[in-house]
Amino acid sequence: MKRSELLSRILVVAGMLLAVGAPLIFWTRTPLIHARMADTGGWNPDILQAEVGKPLELHFTSDDVVHGFAVGQLDMEAVDVEPGKVTDVTLTFDKPGTYTFYCTRWCGVNHWRMRGTIEVSGLDVDSETTPTVPLYVTLGIDIDAPHEANAIPENRPSAVRGQQLAASLDISQFSSPDFYRANSPYQIFEGLNSTDLTDTEKWDVVAYIWQSNTTVDALANGRELYAQNCVACHGESGEGNGVFADDLAAAGEASMQSMNGSMDMAMQTPADFTDTSCMLGASLALLEGKILRGGMGTGMPMWGSIFTEKQIQDLIAYLYSFQFEYQR
Amino acid sequence: MEKIELTRNPFIKTALKSRYPQLAVFIVMLVGYIFAILAGLVGTPVGSHNFSIVFVWIAWWAILILVAVPFFGRGWCAVCPIPLPGEWLQRGAILAPPDKKPKWLNRRWPRALRNIWLQNISFLLLALFSSVLLTTPNITGIVLAAMLFAAIGLSIVFERRSFCRYLCPVGGFIGLYSQTAPLELRIKDKKVCAACEGKPCYNGSAEGYGCPWDVFPGGLTKNSYCGLCMECIRTCPFDNIAVNARPFSADLAKPSARMDEAFKAFIMLGSAMIYAGVLLGPWGTLKDAAYNVGTTAWFIYAAVFLSVIFIVMPSFFALCVTRFENIDRFKKRFATLSTALIPLGLMFWVAFSLSFVLTNASYILASLSDPLGLGWNLFGTANLAWQPMLTSILAPGQTLALVGGLIWSGRTAQKAAKEATVSPVPVIVYCFIVTLAMLWLLI
Repeated sequence: MKRSELLSRILVVAGMLLAVGAPLIFWTRTPLIHARMADTGGWNPDILQAEVGKPLELHFTSDDVVHGFAVGQLDMEAVDVEPGKVTDVTLTFDKPGTYTFYCTRWCGVNHWRMRGTIEVSGLDVDSETTPTVPLYVTLGIDIDAPHEANAIPENRPSAVRGQQLAASLDISQFSSPDFYRANSPYQIFEGLNSTDLTDTEKWDVVAYIWQSNTTVDALANGRELYAQNCVACHGESGEGNGVFADDLAAAGEASMQSMNGSMDMAMQTPADFTDTSCMLGASLALLEGKILRGGMGTGMPMWGSIFTEKQIQDLIAYLYSFQFEYQR
Repeated sequence: MEKIELTRNPFIKTALKSRYPQLAVFIVMLVGYIFAILAGLVGTPVGSHNFSIVFVWIAWWAILILVAVPFFGRGWCAVCPIPLPGEWLQRGAILAPPDKKPKWLNRRWPRALRNIWLQNISFLLLALFSSVLLTTPNITGIVLAAMLFAAIGLSIVFERRSFCRYLCPVGGFIGLYSQTAPLELRIKDKKVCAACEGKPCYNGSAEGYGCPWDVFPGGLTKNSYCGLCMECIRTCPFDNIAVNARPFSADLAKPSARMDEAFKAFIMLGSAMIYAGVLLGPWGTLKDAAYNVGTTAWFIYAAVFLSVIFIVMPSFFALCVTRFENIDRFKKRFATLSTALIPLGLMFWVAFSLSFVLTNASYILASLSDPLGLGWNLFGTANLAWQPMLTSILAPGQTLALVGGLIWSGRTAQKAAKEATVSPVPVIVYCFIVTLAMLWLLI
């Protein structure tokens, strides 16, 4: 064989090997976490391992639409995961446990299913920490039971008017944080029956009590959390008419799976936070339970592994603002 | 305008006669081609960030349809890497013929299939799945790999470049439109060929291989089936092969009367119009139907697609053949007149391609820096935002291409109609109507 022919063959083979080998080598050496809409796979992989105190470097890419990444119970800014691009995230965990990571962008009707877990091993620095029992469990509240108020205000209760009325009343028993968390607005309204106030005035006082148990910052935080996580189903105005509400209803039972088959897992229309009777009959503990546990197959996700207690309280404070007129 | 023999230039002649420049380009193209396959299979599934989609369907397509075909005819075929591995197996060498030839089956291509009907079918197969093919990297990777393996397989069973000549979905339309190109490979003197013993340009010699495209250069009258591989330049013992610059559409002065080529013209014309509607139009339902392969909507889309190309457009065109003596003459006239659709079809594709190439060209730089979507930034361009280019000249450019195509077709129709002994007016009216339709679809 001529030298030129041999050299040509070597060049052709080398070129082919380069073209095949280079992508394969780089591909196998770049472990990416792929984000897809839940219907086509969600996160892959969806179980990650980490150690306390050791930085965990993650490289995300989206295979379809824009997703977001955040880890529940962790103080971190959500990051966007864009199609065809790579987003790098470094996490360091202080405590061992199982953390939930989730999509923060409304990527589809099953967006809320886009979750994964990070199993963090190692020693707990703060060994004094004990898990808290949710208040609705302590109080024995059945969060699936109907909770309508027997009476509702004719107009939107005003915290400003309520504050003026409360100045001449002893409402200390109603306004303590524990009482506020364990009782519904309607229960307070009933508790004010011993006063000379009219029904409208009583509701105004209730509005004031609810306002005094939150802050402007907490409401702002709640509004932000609501916009990021709730508005797509529950709607900007809280009426349960978000952009995905119709899709959820249309998806129905076919989109759900359970141990007992699909029949007991039918999707439901998102809750309407402007429904006065329901909201004024719900205590913070009850709403907290619903958010912590989720709707058990109704389409309402379980947020317990994602939101902190403070975040849930801020969020609920904002939900009540659909009923009460607070001081601006 | 007279022809200009480019091979008189010693630099050009040496470059074409030597195997090394072509081999160097072949290797680069082959590396790119195989990389595109791998990128499609293992790279990001997001088409706009995957080398296979961006470089094949945007960059390569732009070069092919806007530059290579209009100006160099089968220039792409001269450097296409698909036949290289199969040809190496078939010949037993990459460069000059070896002393001992490998014993493959080396069969002749079946006589019944010595036309471009299979190319028409292979193009339509890709066209029907184009919405998925053009956007899904792994499908593109699979199709590119399938073409490479098909070429290798056919090289083992059949002689010469059977895949390129009879099966390649791209080669069919390149051949059709190469007739309009201002470049040709032709013999210099017929008498020299007639007197030549052994015809090494067709049968091969120690200097080179017999025409891989199964063409006898001495009989070349049009570009359609000459792949510009330059093998005959290397084998001709009398230096009787020339590469010439010539006027545009010189081959169309001698219209073809083949039905496979006539229908290729309809396939390309109709596909450009349907693509303009599906890929660039505002009709979501149509896009969904084209994309959701296997659904009832897609089958309806496929039926409409094929009906437009094989029934509606040819039927109306048949009305242009105003004389009917017998079916054979009718078919000959029909095929001859369809030559007028060649320049129009080419300019339809130029106008259509301008739109999506200028719209999506910014993906090329981003993909160059991160061809697999692995987070690289090789040239600092990975994060360039998508930005349509030259939008201000798009509509005027498209209009110019379509109107220019109509005028060009009109002139071609006059020549074809003279050959078919009918009036050119119905053909010109036909071209005018489809141009209006394309203008409406694009602008």
